[in-house]
Amino acid sequence: MSEQKRINLMVCAGTGCVSAGSLEIKKVIETEINKRGLEKEVGIVLTGCNGLCAGGPVIAVYPEEIFYQKLKPEDIPHLVEEHFLKGRPVQRLMYKMPEKRKAIPVMSEIPFFKYQVLRVLRNKGLIDPEKIEEYIARDGYQGAAKALTEMTSEEIIKVVKDSGIRGRGGAGFPTGLKWEFASKVKSDIKFMLCNGDEGDPGAFMDRSVMEADPHSVIEGMIIGAKAIGANKGYIYVRAEYPLAVRRLQLAIDQAKEAGLLGKNILDSGFDFDLEIYQGAGAFVCGEETALMRSIEGRRGMPRPRPPFPAHKGLWDKPSVLNNVETLAGIPQIILNGAQWFRSLGTEKSPGTKVFALTGAINNVGLVEVPMGIPLRMIIYDIGAGIKGKNRTFKAVQLGGPSGGCIPESLIDTPVDYESILATGAIMGSGGMVVMDNNNCMVGMAKFFLEFTAEESCGKCPPCRIGTKIMLDILTDISEGKGNKEDIETLQDLSHDIIATSLCGLGQTAPNPVLTTIRYFRDEYESHINDRWCKAGVCRDLCSFHIIEQLCTGCGACMMACPSKAIMGEKKKPHKIIQEACIRCRTCYVTCKFNSIKILPAKFEGDPATLVEVPAGAGMRKEGGVE
Amino acid sequence: MTRLTIDDLKKIKEKHKATFTLREGGYRAKITVHMGTCGIAAGAREVMTALMDEIAQANVEDVIVTTSGCAGLCSREPMATVEIVNHPPVKYVELNKNKIKEIFKEHVLNGNVIEKYAMVIGSETTY
Repeated sequence: MSEQKRINLMVCAGTGCVSAGSLEIKKVIETEINKRGLEKEVGIVLTGCNGLCAGGPVIAVYPEEIFYQKLKPEDIPHLVEEHFLKGRPVQRLMYKMPEKRKAIPVMSEIPFFKYQVLRVLRNKGLIDPEKIEEYIARDGYQGAAKALTEMTSEEIIKVVKDSGIRGRGGAGFPTGLKWEFASKVKSDIKFMLCNGDEGDPGAFMDRSVMEADPHSVIEGMIIGAKAIGANKGYIYVRAEYPLAVRRLQLAIDQAKEAGLLGKNILDSGFDFDLEIYQGAGAFVCGEETALMRSIEGRRGMPRPRPPFPAHKGLWDKPSVLNNVETLAGIPQIILNGAQWFRSLGTEKSPGTKVFALTGAINNVGLVEVPMGIPLRMIIYDIGAGIKGKNRTFKAVQLGGPSGGCIPESLIDTPVDYESILATGAIMGSGGMVVMDNNNCMVGMAKFFLEFTAEESCGKCPPCRIGTKIMLDILTDISEGKGNKEDIETLQDLSHDIIATSLCGLGQTAPNPVLTTIRYFRDEYESHINDRWCKAGVCRDLCSFHIIEQLCTGCGACMMACPSKAIMGEKKKPHKIIQEACIRCRTCYVTCKFNSIKILPAKFEGDPATLVEVPAGAGMRKEGGVE
Repeated sequence: MTRLTIDDLKKIKEKHKATFTLREGGYRAKITVHMGTCGIAAGAREVMTALMDEIAQANVEDVIVTTSGCAGLCSREPMATVEIVNHPPVKYVELNKNKIKEIFKEHVLNGNVIEKYAMVIGSETTY
């Protein structure tokens, strides 16, 4: 970068924005800028994930830090002319709070960004992840330089231990302790490994870190390698993350060329070489012993521990495996010290945590918050609440298929390892799937169990057979073939599978079932006893009815119904023909007057007797009297 | 890229300082060139180009340049506002490329307001 620009456009090129079309937006911006002769004044940078994926494609304009979202190619000529040339930011393209009309121009004033504290994601959206110079300009490789030239292995481990950082992959094991175990084992060869096998449905923290700031992961690995005395490392990434693989490979190549990987790094006498190993996407390969087997070229299956990888890991050599987010946080800890790290978070869960916020929420995206903040703040302040009118928060699934759901009554739970564990969920790697009143909790449990049953490697029977039996029971319940004993059987099976499975996959697989039974037992019971899925998700257990008193006869449901099952004259109450209804729920979602109710399957009689009809109902106007 | 030393890391950081001042804030001076239709018609584009060249030549890292719309005094365009942090902004009027270069050197770099080109010191009060 030789010449100074007056504007820097940070175009998000994370996977979310790229699929929303950000690369095309960049092309159009370039054309428009050239047309106006602004190319010397405006610099365009492709960054990693900005975080507010729901608004993609997004760009941030510096120096004013103005944030634009949901850009379309046709918006660009106007935007370039007005803002970049004439200095008049375009309100129409800015972020607005749900249901509000006022635009918030400046990124740091948007609640989604305002309540976040960026440490692991400190470079997100600020640097070009494909340029090592930009990483270095933001203090990159200073931590590695310090660790390699000024610190002994023991000193590094002490700082990491004192910082209290715990593994961000989910289990929360203290990173410093892990390093200490491996450093004390004598061996001519040791391995430093990075776990980028992120596989939970709805989780994309690690992918975003690898895409937005790949050098931070590499730097963390150099520091870890020095601490444990390893000279060789692997980053295990699933092949389904092509952009992350590409950016990591580019970063490794750049670091090698700059002498930051390879022999005698920064003239310290320390050698460390790094390679990417692409996994084929099996969930079980996120388990450490299975991951190591996979790198060895064998089928990814876990083995009993001990011996722990610190003693016998990859190719039976002492190995340390850390999660992407953990490693990306290490350089800052070395640079700023253990106390700095502890300045945020709680005593037992210090620091910050990255979460992937998805599901029924307005601001789907990537967030980093201090440990210990209430769940409510993440969902309502940062996430801007539940998406859609007439929708309410029901539960949030933490920890993906290994975790559990946390219901509305516990929404003030502080987000730290212990408090989350007490609810029956787990912190996990940071996937946060938000569910609203239209989600069936039996269906949720079934969904996650389908995933774990399929991903079970099959080595140990409790996991292989147990998850399948549980899934069969859940399928029966959701199809109206449930028995009274099913809930108890599910609980018993869960405890057995947890107690006897070989690895974390089986040991955690029943968590979604256990927590949904714990907090939403009534839903299981109404499925089994009343053949009634109150959310209207399980098609065999519901029927849809229009409450006459509430129907205005607007006809919206009739238009929306794909199977022409709704009849009625304009301005008169409509009716659903049960025989023709496919229970797709479209009418229920479409009705603005809340007049469609979900009742048990094969319900006959007056629906108004089963549901509350508010007093004075009857918005329908008879006779046209105004 | 050649093999880096620890010194090189610091040098790279220095070299990119201006870029990150722009992205992270922490600038010392901000120059706003008024680029409404009136400003552009009167030659604001030329003023901007001259200013950008001057900044590149001076190799300063703590000055940012922005644009804004019409300042409301179309007859005296091209105009620019110079804001040194912690000092009141100064509005300059009827600029050309030589004047803006002079303003940059004298006001932005040396801290002396050029009164003969200035219209007013301080912003309009808004109620």
